[in-house]
Amino acid sequence: MARVSPPSEPAAGRLRVRAGRSPWPLLVPALAGLAFLVLPFAGLLARAPWSTLGTRLLMPEVRGALWLSLTTATAATGVAVLLGVPLAWLLARTEFPGRRLVRALVTVPLVIPPVVGGVALLLALGRRGLVGRYLDAWFGLTLPFTPAAVVIAQVFVAMPFLVISVEGALRGADRRYEEAAATLGASRAVVFRRVTLPMVGPGVVAGAVLAWARALGEFGATITFAGNFPGRTQTMPLAVYLAMQQSPESAIVLSLVLLAVSLVILVALRDRWVGAL
Amino acid sequence: MGEGRSVGRTRRAAAGAAAGLLLAAAACAPVEEGAAGTDPARRALTVFAAASLTGTFEELGGRFEERHPGTRVRFNFAGSSQLADHIAAGAPADVFASADTRTMDRVEDEGGTAGDAVVFVRNTLRIAVPADNPAGIDSLADLADPGVKVALCAEEVPCGAAAARALEAAGVEVTPVSRERDVKAALTKTELGEVDAALVYRTDIRASGEVAGIAFPEAEQAANDYPIAVLKGADRPGLAREWVAFVRSEDGDEVFDGAGFTTV
Repeated sequence: MARVSPPSEPAAGRLRVRAGRSPWPLLVPALAGLAFLVLPFAGLLARAPWSTLGTRLLMPEVRGALWLSLTTATAATGVAVLLGVPLAWLLARTEFPGRRLVRALVTVPLVIPPVVGGVALLLALGRRGLVGRYLDAWFGLTLPFTPAAVVIAQVFVAMPFLVISVEGALRGADRRYEEAAATLGASRAVVFRRVTLPMVGPGVVAGAVLAWARALGEFGATITFAGNFPGRTQTMPLAVYLAMQQSPESAIVLSLVLLAVSLVILVALRDRWVGAL
Repeated sequence: MGEGRSVGRTRRAAAGAAAGLLLAAAACAPVEEGAAGTDPARRALTVFAAASLTGTFEELGGRFEERHPGTRVRFNFAGSSQLADHIAAGAPADVFASADTRTMDRVEDEGGTAGDAVVFVRNTLRIAVPADNPAGIDSLADLADPGVKVALCAEEVPCGAAAARALEAAGVEVTPVSRERDVKAALTKTELGEVDAALVYRTDIRASGEVAGIAFPEAEQAANDYPIAVLKGADRPGLAREWVAFVRSEDGDEVFDGAGFTTV
């Protein structure tokens, strides 16, 4: 396979000079956009009760909620990858009747308010739900109000981000590599594992990071489907919401904790594995 | 798999999204105009009220507008504490009606009210159970059974604080499966049959119609008083005082009694 030859030196030099001088019609809205995103955090930092920060952090409820948030979001991301990558492959690489409809259905959780998603999950998987009633009758399994329900709610809202990201990567990947592998005798499974997956790796990681972040911040579907009980289903966003009802300062501290932890994890991930992003 | 086809599809999708935005903008415009009042002679009163007052205040708002031609009453219904936060942050409101005195005290302490708050109704708790009462609940003590799934409001919100007082008065310890963010969420879980019981207000049970209510003696010790006050930042303090008086009039009593509140 012929690679595109690199541009000759002088051309590259010219390009770099042009890129160095930022065109203001782009720069001004870009900086405005950045300010818009960062300003609310400045507001949080300005109101944070720094003197009592330490004692508030050590409260067992906070640690419980943080631990639950991190573990459930990670589990939800794992489930989303296991189910979402094959789903993305199906959407990107196969032709079947109703594929457009399926793709639209995949994005439904992005569109509906998460609280409605939570009600839908209750109606489907709750004790008296469409499927849930049989889980209860046959296996004695009730999902609502358990950590598993937290994970389910998070997968529901976060998986579409992964599917869309991976589907985009699959569509962008050069299929000729896969065809070459196939003509050299690789089975479809081997092609997928050895050629396709490594090619779309960055897309999968980007999707997983997005899904993780979305799962970590999940509120509406979680509180509706999994309820709110400290230590069992109370994740950080739920703790923040309830703290807000009584003392905004506590809510700010909890928000900062969640923010700091997620930033540290995302930055560390990016440096180690997601360099290409 | 032509490249061109997928580009075309993306463009069409973008055009569709743009058209959707335009439609949404067009749909919003007239509503906003109506809400702001195109006629400057029309007087608008803005009332912030606890979510549990939704039905009764809307009914009273209609009657108030009839008696005061040219006046419009606009409501913002939400959780009391959230409304208190918004008032503290400078949200434009003339009157605040809270579902408990604790939240009203907060607004008063921050200097948000003009004059004293007065209690106008009282709401009491009931045990809400699904219509078929699957766990056979008939008293507060039954909620302590570990096999019974109970939803309580979080103690941070008024119905949760009231529930804690009632359980304490009864000497019953309950481990709920969930501490719900507001009374309606607790009610919904009962309506769907996901919990066997919840402690909610009498007014919620009456408004729902899908759950059965069980009275218990300790509810009296855990009644919630609803205070109302004119706010300091009121644009129309005179009209705001008239609204407060109207809420406490015979009209108010009639509407609140019908909804299951106790008038005071």
